This record gives sequence, C-alpha cells and structure tokens, in this order.
Amino acid sequence: MNFESPNLVTAMPEIFVLSMACIILLVGVYQSQKSGSLVVYLLTQATLLGALIITIGLHTATPEFTFENTYVKDTMGDVLKAFIYLVAMVCLLYSRCYLKEQNIDRTEYYVLVLFAVLGMMIMVSAHSMLLIYLGLELLSLCLYALVALKRDSEVCTEAAMKYFVLGALASGILLYGMSLIYGITGSLNILEISEVLKMGVEMPLVLNMGLVFIIIGLAFKLGAVPFHMWVPDVYHGAPTSVTLFIGTVPKLAAFGMVMRLLVDGFEVVHVDWQTMLIVLAMLSIAIGNVIAIAQANLKRMLAYSTISHMGFLLLGVLTGTADGYSSAMFYTIVYTIMSLGAFGMIIMLSRVGFEADNINDFKGLNDRSPWLAFMMLILMFSMAGVPPTVGFFAKLAVLQSVVSTGMIWLAVFAVIFSVIGAFYYLRIIKLMYFDTAEDQAPIRTDLDMRITMSVNGVMVLGLGLYPAGLMALCYAAIS
Amino acid sequence: MEIQPILFYVFSAILVVASLAVITVKNPVYAAFSLILAFFTCAALWILLEAEFLALTLILVYVGAVMVLFLFVVMMLDINISQLREGFARYLPVGLIVGFIIFAQMAVVLGPDTFGLDQIADPVKHAADYSNTKELGSVLYTVYVYPFEIAAVILLVAIIAAIALTLRRRPNVKQQNIDAQVRVTKEERVRMVKMTADKKDEMNQ
Repeated sequence: MNFESPNLVTAMPEIFVLSMACIILLVGVYQSQKSGSLVVYLLTQATLLGALIITIGLHTATPEFTFENTYVKDTMGDVLKAFIYLVAMVCLLYSRCYLKEQNIDRTEYYVLVLFAVLGMMIMVSAHSMLLIYLGLELLSLCLYALVALKRDSEVCTEAAMKYFVLGALASGILLYGMSLIYGITGSLNILEISEVLKMGVEMPLVLNMGLVFIIIGLAFKLGAVPFHMWVPDVYHGAPTSVTLFIGTVPKLAAFGMVMRLLVDGFEVVHVDWQTMLIVLAMLSIAIGNVIAIAQANLKRMLAYSTISHMGFLLLGVLTGTADGYSSAMFYTIVYTIMSLGAFGMIIMLSRVGFEADNINDFKGLNDRSPWLAFMMLILMFSMAGVPPTVGFFAKLAVLQSVVSTGMIWLAVFAVIFSVIGAFYYLRIIKLMYFDTAEDQAPIRTDLDMRITMSVNGVMVLGLGLYPAGLMALCYAAIS
Repeated sequence: MEIQPILFYVFSAILVVASLAVITVKNPVYAAFSLILAFFTCAALWILLEAEFLALTLILVYVGAVMVLFLFVVMMLDINISQLREGFARYLPVGLIVGFIIFAQMAVVLGPDTFGLDQIADPVKHAADYSNTKELGSVLYTVYVYPFEIAAVILLVAIIAAIALTLRRRPNVKQQNIDAQVRVTKEERVRMVKMTADKKDEMNQ
C-alpha cells in the first residue's frame, strides 16, 4: 500500500481551532466561579481572530488538496471560512451580556460554539461525502446542546428535543442517500464521483433515488419548505443568543455543503436536481413570506423570513451557472450580516427577565433610541430588499441569474412574494416610528455592543452603496 | 450444498424474527432482549461476509455497552404502555399505506435488478490467514486519519454536552468534607474549660 503523508500545513486553521478549543476547555476548569468566563470569552475571540489570520495567510489562488484528496483549500472555502469566523465573533460579542443575564455564561457555551465553528470549517472544505457528513454531525451536535443549555426552561428543552429528533432523522436520510451514491459510483470522494458520473451511470434510477435523499437532507438543514417545520419552533424556543448563532453562521456552512455536493459532485446531472430545487425554492419563498405575516413573535417572524431567504439561495444555485452560484454566495453572506443585526437588536432590547421578542416591544423605539431605530430601519429595508440597501442588490443578482437562464416566470414569482413579504418588515418600521412606546425601560448601553451594532447597520447600507467589492470576491471564489 | 448458504438463511431467519419481536412484544424488557438477539445474529452474518473485526465490535459495543444501558433505562423508567398505544388503531392504516409505498419503491429501485449478483460481481473470497483487523488497522491511521480524528472530536463534544446538560451543582446540600476532617487538629475541636468545682448539695437543687 502506498500512502502519502498528508500536508498538515494546508489544514492549519482546523488544527488551530481544535487545539485552542481543547485548551479553553482546560482553562475553564481552573477559572474561579466569581471571575466569570471573561478569560474564556477573550480566548475564544482570540482563537477566531487567529484562525482568520491563518486562513488569510495560507490563502493561495490555486486549490490545494490533502488527506488523500478529501480536504480541499480553495478560494470559496477560504472566503466562507473567513466569514464564518467574523460572524461567529460578532455573535459572541452580541451574546456576552445576554448570557450573563440568562445564567448560561459558562465555559461549555464558548467551547461548544468553537466546536460548531470547527464542524462548519470541515464542511466547507470537505471533498468527501464522509467528511461532509462528519462535519455536519459535529455542527449539529453542538447546536442541539446549545439550544438545551438553559436546561431549567421548558421551552428550550422542548425546542432542543424537536431539533434533535428531526435533525437526527434528516442526518439519517442524508446518510442513506450518500450510501446509495457510494453503491453505484464506488467512491466517497467528490471528485471521483463526478468523474464516474461524467462517464455515464448504468443505473440512473438508483442515482436519482440517492440524489432525492441527499436533497431532502440538505433541504432540512437549510430549512427549506416542506422540511421547515423545525425552524420556527427552534428559533422561538432557543435562548436568543443561540438563535442568533443558529440563524446566521450555519447558513454559510450550509451553502458550502450544497456547493460541494451538488455542484462539485453532481454538476453533470444538473438537470435532475434542478427541478427538485425549483419546487423547494418556490414553496420556501411563498410559504415563508405568507406565514411570516401572521407572526406576533419577532423570533418566529424572522424564522419564516429565513425560510424565504433560503428559497432565494436555492434560486441562485438551481440556475447551474457560475453567475448563479456567485450570486447565491453573495446572497448568503448578505443574509447572515442582516440577520446578525436583526437578532442582535432583540438581544439589545432584552434585559434581565425580559425578552424583547414580541413585535410590540419595538413600539416607539424611535423615541427611546433614534439611532437604534434607524439601524433597525436599515436592516428591515435590507431584508425586504429596498434600495439602496445591500438586500436589494442581493435579490437583484439572484434574479438576474435566474432570468439569464430563461426562467422568467420563476423570477416573477419570486418578486411577487418578496413584495408580499415586504409587508411584515415594513410593519416593524411603522411600529418603531409611528406608535408610542409601552415600555420605557432604559436600553442597555454597553459600548462594544453599540459600536458593533452601528458597524453592522452601516455595513448593510455601505455594502448597498458599494456592492462591487463583495460581489467581486464572490465571483473570484466561484470561478 | 455448501454450509455457508444454509448458515446464512438460518441466521437471516432468526434476525427477521428477532427484529419483528422488538417492535411487537408488549414488555419493553423482552423487546430489548430481542434487540440483543438481533445484534448477535447480525454479527454472525457479518462474520460470513469476512468482516470479523466489525462483527466483534458490534457485539462488544452494542451488546456489551449500549444494550446494557438500554436495559437500565427501560427498567428505571416508569413507562405507561397503554398511553403509548393510544391511537394505535387510528394511525395504523396511514402507517401501513406509507410503509407499503416506501417498501415498494425501495424494492423497485434497490431490488435484484440493480444490485443483484449478475449486476455486481460476487466479492473475492480471501484465504484463511487473511486478517480483516489488520486491513482496517493499516488504513485507519493513514488514509482515514482525518475522518478518524473528527469522529474523536464528535465523541468529545458528546461528553461535553452530556456533562453540561446534566451536571448540577447544588450549593445548599450539606456534604462531608473528608479533606477537612482528616486535617483537623485537636485545638479546633476540643476546648479546655476551667471550672470551679461545685458542691454536691447545690447541684441537687
């Protein structure tokens, strides 16, 4: 047997994050109860920053493979990883005060977040079905535990239970699809699978069945209709800091997973999966936008809005063109920045014993804090897709790529439901500016949170005015 | 006729009966025991497929550890079976229809027409000195080192999550502090009190 020793430098970011997570676990054991988890928090942020520096430092334009071609380091992986670190850092920054108030400010929280980040890094640079599955399981396991971490709360436990049972079922379905593909191609490696598929498969029926199972698994993890039932319950039940995490970072990894599997692996049979994705995307955009109107809870409303945004992501991917993929990537990154701000705002307005997750809690925000109300206005306009915010350009790019492949009816459908969806975003703005506040409690004044929130809001506006840089990055990542 | 096909059919029959028993018997402890039997016969089938290492691991890990845990849980929980069986008759027709459709679809796609012996050749039989364990060992830490490490990390996360979700510190509970007990000196516990001797008749009052 000839075995080539793997090039560990290529996988340095993963090794670094894993080592640091283990070190932080040990540091957590020795820290005193009184000082709280400040040291652990700072170390976690330093780890993410370090991983960012390593990833950027090791970046090369040509893809590198290691671990018997099961690990790939290319521009798409590096860009997604960089955003995963950044978004995770902002998530932790927003969550810090909230965690203390909710009594879940424990070492395990930070360690589980780091392991979840590790799982996502594995997913976006995996080039083997085995690794995609393992990375996904690592991520999911951390998320289940994070949702349940506030164990005295019945709502959290229920949400964690639902998430765990449905997530395990979806993982099983995904794994079954992968085993069928392995059965006909004889390989787990994504490059080898695509080579085999190029030569033509003898058993198209089995290939399609495997593909159906894999797409069901992917749709569940993305939260696309009709596999979306867990999304509102988990978003609503989880502590807001965990909702903030689940609603943002894993979407980047899910996009990476979709690209690795469907595009790197199954691009040859693009026609087969395109139809399935069209159905998923149409249902997600329609049902997500319509049901969000009926929600009185902001976390549930944002959950349904996530479902519709995932529909847009699928729209970009299903075109099967490089333009479509990069517009979907642009959309995913923009979406994570927007929902980072929106969920962060809920945390901003919460305080001990009070969750600002009802839409009426935003009444008269303009009188209480004009600057925060303005930030929320930008975020909501961006989610609705109103120019000049970046949400408009993200939707525009996806729709352009859909139109250029000749599916004008699909673009029209998406636009109609986006207009319907604009209603519930604008309702928040109406509540903030034209209603009087019922709640006059002071808003938290932590400087780091306020600065980050301002940067977050201004970024949504700034990227809308100058979208070219990020767009160019996404184009470079795909081609 | 060779002995192997006979063994295969015997073990398969036991496996099917045991698996059916898992979901049909009323007593959950019997169901757990049937599952153990199912694992055992499954391991026997794997040995027929020359996967000795996996077969033994299945017995050691699943029968030895997981099923013992299952039995403990089943015996410790107070499960009300009649409550679990509520609505069984109502859901049965839907369940049967869905189950039948899934079975039919899988039979069409995965039946002998696609994965039969005439489509995919019989695997080569190895000599008696062939070691399945050695083959696994030679690739586990070389070709599959990366997935192997990730699997280890997943187990670590499972440990962290299990402890984080179940460990409860109760500051109000009174506990024995053995360390302090051992280190105690006589000055801390015994106090010499000087008293004047009292007269007998005064004490009796």
